[in-house]
Amino acid sequence: MIWAAVLLGSLGCYLEKLFGFILPPTLLDRPMIRSVAALLPIAMLSALVAVQTFGDGQSLVIDARVAGVAVAVVALLLRAPFLVVVLAAAISAALLRAFGVAT
Amino acid sequence: MTNTPEGSKRPITTSAIGIGLATGAYGLSFGAISVASGLSALQTQTLSLLMFTGASQFALVGVLGAGGGAIAAVLTAWLLGARNGLYALHIAPTLNLRGLLKPVAAQLTIDESTAMSIAHDHTATHSRHAFWATGISVYILWNIGTLLGALGASAIGDPAVLGLDAAIPAGFLALLWPRLRDRTAWAIAAGGATVALVLTPLTRSGVPVLASALIAVFAGYRLRDRT
Repeated sequence: MIWAAVLLGSLGCYLEKLFGFILPPTLLDRPMIRSVAALLPIAMLSALVAVQTFGDGQSLVIDARVAGVAVAVVALLLRAPFLVVVLAAAISAALLRAFGVAT
Repeated sequence: MTNTPEGSKRPITTSAIGIGLATGAYGLSFGAISVASGLSALQTQTLSLLMFTGASQFALVGVLGAGGGAIAAVLTAWLLGARNGLYALHIAPTLNLRGLLKPVAAQLTIDESTAMSIAHDHTATHSRHAFWATGISVYILWNIGTLLGALGASAIGDPAVLGLDAAIPAGFLALLWPRLRDRTAWAIAAGGATVALVLTPLTRSGVPVLASALIAVFAGYRLRDRT
């Protein structure tokens, strides 16, 4: 099942790129196509942040991940590079758990 | 503008390598997060070699790891990857490729290579150089980063103990952050998050993130004459 997702997902993402080189550039003249494709990552990445921060299966919970994401926000405000942002979140969540402050 | 374009290509190459190194660090976290989400190191590496578009890769492993199922994971990855097609449409006339170079360039068409190509479009030669140098540099270093991250995470245990489950939303946030440039972007981000959270208890895992795409479609329709 994971392999199917990996290969199908990869194939589709590649075809999306390839179509851009094959289809006529006049498609860009359609404002709807342009704006939706530009906005999709914003809506979906934001949804992923929300679900991965609060989601636990079908329930919403508040645990150490929330603190980790809060630390990530601070790191981003300080213009930290990607790896630092991710590590800061992981380490702060791990520390809160190690000291029994959060689950 | 100089008459010796060969000489002035060097700074472009240097930036391309710098971008590659920074992306390699993303790749490191992708490799670790993917393995922590339950994918094997080989599956993780396959994603970086074949899918090669960060947000879609993170999303695919994120949805799979949260139990969202293969279909939702694939659809989420595709929707997030749609913008690459738009990039390709945009840069294809400048790159002006023939034959086998098209399918190769397609694989390298991502945020970074497109941005560099557009940033150096004062001449077609520079623009092409920026695209290829950045694409190749990022491809190589993203895959090396993925390998190291995946092998590193395979060697360690429970992701929750290490806080890797907090690294996943932090990673998505870092990908989202540079896109939050104006009030419209913030409003759409807020809408996407709200839809996803409201639907989480009501639908099976994976559906909430897919549903958030409707916010983009709706807003894109409303804003179609403003961009």
